[in-house]
Amino acid sequence: MTLVTVLYAICIISAVAFFASRARALSSVSGDQRKLHSLPQYYGTNGILLSLIPALILLLIWTYLQSLFIENHVAGLIPSELITENANINLLMSEVERLSDGLKMVVSAGLISRDALIAITNDLTMIEAALKQADVFLSGDIRPEIMSAAQTRYVLETDGNQYRNWVVTVVSIIGFATAFLQAKQDFRARNQVERIVLLILASAATLAIFTSVGIVLSMVFEASRFFSMHEWTDFFFGLVWAPSFSHGSQLSILPLLWGTLYISFVALLVSVPIGLYAAIYLSEYASKPVRSVAKPLLEILAGIPTIVYGLFALTTFGPFLRMFFGDGGFLGVEWMSDSRSVITAGVVMGMMLIPFVSSLSDDIINAVPQSLRDGSYGLGATQSETIRSVILPAALPGIIGAILLATSRAIGETMIVVMGAGAVAKFAGNPLEALTTITTRIVSQLTGDLEFDSPETLVAFALGLTLFVLTLCLNVLALYIVRKYREQYE
Amino acid sequence: MMNDVPSKRSLYDISERTKKRNAAEGRFRLYGIIAIAIGLLMLLVLVTTIIYRGTSAFQQTFITLEVELLEKKLDKKGNRNFDDIKKVSTFGYKPLLATAMQAALQENGIETDLKKKALSGMISKSAAAQMREYVLADPSVIGTTVEFRFLTNGWIDGYLKGRYTRESVENSKFASAAQFDLTDKLVEIGVIEKKFNLDFILGADSSDQRPEAAGIGVAMVGSLYLMLVVLCLSLPLGVAASIYLEEFAKQNIVTDIIEITISNLAAVPSIVFGILGLAVFINYVELPQSTPIVGGLVLTLMTIPTIIISTRASLKSVPPSIRSAALGLGASKMQTVFHHVLPLAAPGILTGTIIGMAQALGESAPLLLIGMIGYIATNMPGSVAEGLFSPNSAMPAQIYEWAKRADPAFIERAWGGIIILLIFLLTMNTLAVILRRRFERRW
Repeated sequence: MTLVTVLYAICIISAVAFFASRARALSSVSGDQRKLHSLPQYYGTNGILLSLIPALILLLIWTYLQSLFIENHVAGLIPSELITENANINLLMSEVERLSDGLKMVVSAGLISRDALIAITNDLTMIEAALKQADVFLSGDIRPEIMSAAQTRYVLETDGNQYRNWVVTVVSIIGFATAFLQAKQDFRARNQVERIVLLILASAATLAIFTSVGIVLSMVFEASRFFSMHEWTDFFFGLVWAPSFSHGSQLSILPLLWGTLYISFVALLVSVPIGLYAAIYLSEYASKPVRSVAKPLLEILAGIPTIVYGLFALTTFGPFLRMFFGDGGFLGVEWMSDSRSVITAGVVMGMMLIPFVSSLSDDIINAVPQSLRDGSYGLGATQSETIRSVILPAALPGIIGAILLATSRAIGETMIVVMGAGAVAKFAGNPLEALTTITTRIVSQLTGDLEFDSPETLVAFALGLTLFVLTLCLNVLALYIVRKYREQYE
Repeated sequence: MMNDVPSKRSLYDISERTKKRNAAEGRFRLYGIIAIAIGLLMLLVLVTTIIYRGTSAFQQTFITLEVELLEKKLDKKGNRNFDDIKKVSTFGYKPLLATAMQAALQENGIETDLKKKALSGMISKSAAAQMREYVLADPSVIGTTVEFRFLTNGWIDGYLKGRYTRESVENSKFASAAQFDLTDKLVEIGVIEKKFNLDFILGADSSDQRPEAAGIGVAMVGSLYLMLVVLCLSLPLGVAASIYLEEFAKQNIVTDIIEITISNLAAVPSIVFGILGLAVFINYVELPQSTPIVGGLVLTLMTIPTIIISTRASLKSVPPSIRSAALGLGASKMQTVFHHVLPLAAPGILTGTIIGMAQALGESAPLLLIGMIGYIATNMPGSVAEGLFSPNSAMPAQIYEWAKRADPAFIERAWGGIIILLIFLLTMNTLAVILRRRFERRW
């Protein structure tokens, strides 16, 4: 019985359970639906839930535990002499896994029967020939210990799967039987069904929450592996970022942090004035038709994927700046050598952030009650004076919150800086030169060629954790400021 | 006394101070208008750049040639044995191209100094493979003359699209001014022409040397599988979680923490999710790398907070009177939620989901880290299982890959890919807006 067959079987059992339980409930009141405690469909649904859910949960748990058990057991079978520098335990285990999968293919292709396969212990040539015939890739001669480990694994896996499939089917049938026997006139089917549904909803909520815990835990785990290989003081307080292929790379976050903050600063320099003034005009001065056209248009800027901005920065805006500031440009200066620079990425990122600042500020400014404005006008102030002296101070906490959120978005932005900012990590001040950021380095370290366990690759997790904590703090700060200083209008 | 009488002033005389204040007011309005204008200008520049740079990717230069499939080159033994024909690699097909070119030139009376290699070099490297596939599909055509439509190589294509001039290829070993002259003559007689390139939309990516044959079709299928996984996982989970949190959970410290966690999750940078995907799904669970299933799981994690937030807002917007009426008529809490509240909140949930998925479609940073980028998407997946579990690329990742190659032909394709991506996004967002307008209820 295969996995697919089991799933089909469970589905069929559930369907039968629905109709059977429902029919039994109805027959217990001789067809008079009004005498039943719940609607007939609840008795049927009870049948589906009881035959489906325990079986599926058992399936998942059994599969997981089985794979753990098999891994441990088979790893114990490999004699320790075979474990060397070049062939560590993981490599051997994956070879065993590949072989046992190959054995599965051999048996299913009918080349050797299952019993014959298990019986062969000495003469491996027959197995090797069969494997070749089944198109299984063999890297060389198979050592007898590996082959016997593979045979054991194959047997354990196939036997375990068989038992699992049968047990799951039986559990499903038991569920069906329970629901069937419960289907009587006085059985409170609806209450039981609703309790089960509530359980399902609650587990969905817990699952959604656990992912955020999972993020932090997984990154903490990998980052702690990095910190065991590299001094944390050097990481947080050192001044040089220079990974190298041989050992002895200098990995510190400060140059990257500088690049990130510099580019975010430029982005905010572009987006905050434009966004704020646009929001003020749209909420205070603009007529309805203008507002209904301009606001959605500005929001389109927020919906464009960041890769588009990245490509724009790389291929259009960068060369455009080079035309002025670069070698042979209009201004005759040589300040810009490459089209990637802080300004390239910063200005384009600012473009992307304008709708953030503008939408959030717009909502906040609109929330200021009309009575404050009327009072100010009544005292003779012009509209701009009202805005400057009355409305902006009232809306200030919210606007600062919006700016902080935009900053956190800018700090975490990846594609625009990967394509527009470059790879140079130093404390440079010239905005027309390339500078790298935390996010760029995360991408380059994780997609590089070094092996996964080296500090150069693991540093990406430490960087990611720092980034996560940084953006989290900014968000929490933004929320706190908004809540604490929010004006309480009556 | 006369000196104490204040000088007469008319209300129509505007004092200095008021003039200044009015001027300041005018300036302030101007700043606002300038700000909006700059924002809209940036949008305009972006859109025009996209259209200007990208539309040329949809046209490609083709050359129509009659190629004599010489038996002595392709099937030396002459007995049409499939295995023998299969052994002839693309190397065997290449010389046929030069001969065909020379024949075509002779037929049309065009003279040229170009040697065989330069002539066949004008045609894309994919031409030999194209011919080989054709012959393998029907070995009986060996010995006949067949008319093929090949892609020209990237340089000729670039020349006809205005990217290259004769000066720019002076020192190049891949193209020459003489080739361009010949191209002009062939265009005149219609042998070479620029046509709409369906292969760009439907075809697969190609290697570095053949930008002319690259297509985004397979990446589109990869994106489709990604979206499938995201929809199937995030919608049920998100809606179920929201219903529980909104309707059934008790208001205590635990639910407060949950709320804070969810709103913070929504603001986490996308690359952090990519790191999570790498650490958990690929290293720990050991799912195959670069597959849509891993990408889909990562994007699901990103989309769930968005869906939860919008679903909660929709559920909150259903007025309590509906719930009270249902409860008053004897419905249980669960029945109220599923039979009355949820259907009324459905339009809002739907629009929130569509917008969340549109955001997920355009994400590329997390996909970079799980590997859906280096892989060259060369084959359409055959089945759903293969589509989910075999390595593939996604549209934004493919665009990034092309942009990295720094060849102007690939950059052009990157812009073309952006156009296609934006068409998808535009459709999804418009659908969301239409649905919202159509089903929105004002309570």
